[in-house]
Amino acid sequence: MPGLTEENVPFVQRFFVFWDRVGILLAFLVVCVIFGALNPVFFNPLNILNVIRQVSIIGVIAVGMTFVILLGGIDLSVGSVVAFAGIIAAGFQVKWGGSLFLSVVVPLLIGGGIGFMNGFVSTKGQLHPFIVTLGSMSIFRGATLLVAQGKPISGMSPAFRFIGAGMVGPIPFPVILFLGCVIIAGMVLKRTVFGRYIYAIGGNEEAALLSGIMVERYKISAFTILGFLSGLSALILTSRLNSGELVAGQGYELDVIASVIIGGTSLMGGEGGVYGTLIGALLIGVVSNGLNLLGVQPYWQMIVKGMIVILAVLLDKLKRRFRTV
Amino acid sequence: MKKILGSILIVVLLGSLLLGVAGAKDLTIGLSFPSLSFAWFAFLEQAVKDKAAQLGGIEVISLEAENNVSKQISIIEDMIVKGVNGVLLVPIEVEAVIPAVEALNKANIPVVTVDRRIKEGAPVQVLCHVGADNTEGGRNAARYIVEKLTEKYGEPKGTVIELTGTPGAGPAIDRSAGFNEIIKQYPNITVKSQTANFRRDDGMKVMEDFIMSTPQIDAVFGANDEMILGAIQALQASGKFKVEDVITVGFDALPEALKLIEEGTLDATIEQFPGKQASTAFEILVKFLKEGATPEKPVILIEPKVITKANLNEAEKSF
Repeated sequence: MPGLTEENVPFVQRFFVFWDRVGILLAFLVVCVIFGALNPVFFNPLNILNVIRQVSIIGVIAVGMTFVILLGGIDLSVGSVVAFAGIIAAGFQVKWGGSLFLSVVVPLLIGGGIGFMNGFVSTKGQLHPFIVTLGSMSIFRGATLLVAQGKPISGMSPAFRFIGAGMVGPIPFPVILFLGCVIIAGMVLKRTVFGRYIYAIGGNEEAALLSGIMVERYKISAFTILGFLSGLSALILTSRLNSGELVAGQGYELDVIASVIIGGTSLMGGEGGVYGTLIGALLIGVVSNGLNLLGVQPYWQMIVKGMIVILAVLLDKLKRRFRTV
Repeated sequence: MKKILGSILIVVLLGSLLLGVAGAKDLTIGLSFPSLSFAWFAFLEQAVKDKAAQLGGIEVISLEAENNVSKQISIIEDMIVKGVNGVLLVPIEVEAVIPAVEALNKANIPVVTVDRRIKEGAPVQVLCHVGADNTEGGRNAARYIVEKLTEKYGEPKGTVIELTGTPGAGPAIDRSAGFNEIIKQYPNITVKSQTANFRRDDGMKVMEDFIMSTPQIDAVFGANDEMILGAIQALQASGKFKVEDVITVGFDALPEALKLIEEGTLDATIEQFPGKQASTAFEILVKFLKEGATPEKPVILIEPKVITKANLNEAEKSF
């Protein structure tokens, strides 16, 4: 094979190499510029903080989902976990003694515990996580109703309300939590053995297994991280709404998975990363916020979101095809 | 062989025992409603059970359908198999549940609809519909806002945000239609509408965006209390508007909304008396089953009422 120089690499191939690096960021910036031109309020710093805060609830879960999808897995139960952990948090705040410590720690542990179970059952039972988490999605929606007895639980303490509604200087606290998760996850994935093994397993599970990586352990860990972060998201949501809601988190799985995929993490596993997920989540949030600011009918938001997801997956597929030409 | 015979005997005995227990009640009534995820239906279910306990000798089989139409149809089919005497039905959707009502008609089981009705002119028999007038409730909310705007500016003018319910849901359509019918009569009032899907988190999010895009907000109408409660959170956090300066109106008179009215944060909510609806419907059904009495009118609409701090005691629930 003759050496590939800039001139004889086909244009499409170069385009996809370029897209792989900065494509999603570019698309995001273009969308922002368009919305900003249509409505100057869009670039108001208050609005920008607004969007990141709105995104943080989905975004925190999407960070965890990145780990699971990097390993070629999927988790549909995240929305139900948010509802269940949220109602537990609200329960400890309002009904069971009002301890701040318990209302923060127990939901996080429950989230992590559910994630662990999802991972454990799907790896040890050799079941597709799609099926296992479809089951837990139903289980924990039901458990939420059971605990709440059909009524939302409202009235959190001021200290608890800080998690979702507090400000550190001009920055909303949920934004700090979200960006903190992104940075930590980014470092774990790029700089640690744990992270490198996740890419190795996602890229070629059999090879990883043969080279002695404890594949199952990594998969269970990824699901546990995701469950824990779903619990964190539940704390932010419950605190912001001042209420544990029964319909909380319904449909979140779609936005979360969409964020990860739009951010360039491949559903086949092994490729992508958490910074892409950050941009993916922001893109979804910006589209919804921009269309709201313009007063566009809500139906369009759903249509636009769906088209972005399909486009993102299509680009991923094309990228793979042209890379192997 | 002996073992098998023995098992059969045990099953038969147990079965007759169970039947015997079921037979201890005079009537069995099935209650099918959309979802327990909304406090509204949980309240309705409780009202029916209370009424049943009060009348005595009636067993209520209550099943929720997770807001899933096909699930509601299979629940009703199961009820027919179980041999309930009558069914109290809150249809998820106006049309999709019609086959199940047809099956009930065929099995000669009377059905009364509550809150939401079946499409008018459908070829099925419904003993009676007891419900709220959602359109009138929307009109009442608009009248209240017009009145308050007139107090504020000396004439009806200003900017009003309308948070509508789930697109396509009957109550969402009717409440919005009634609201706009009245408010559109005042050319100096600007209405901006967006859906928040009857959900608190969406209510907050959509309101945050309105706060950014709208220089002056005079009033907010949420087509249910969940949405207005979310909008109030957004207003309180905004720093741009004071929630006390904005006229806020919800719908449903949930305990949490009533509490905020008492505190002065929320201005009004619309009461549709779900308890009265449910117990009236239940009574009509039981009366028909016991005495064969058909109701005087095929449709009974209970008048909605605006609840403010002045008439909090007229609300059905308390907090």
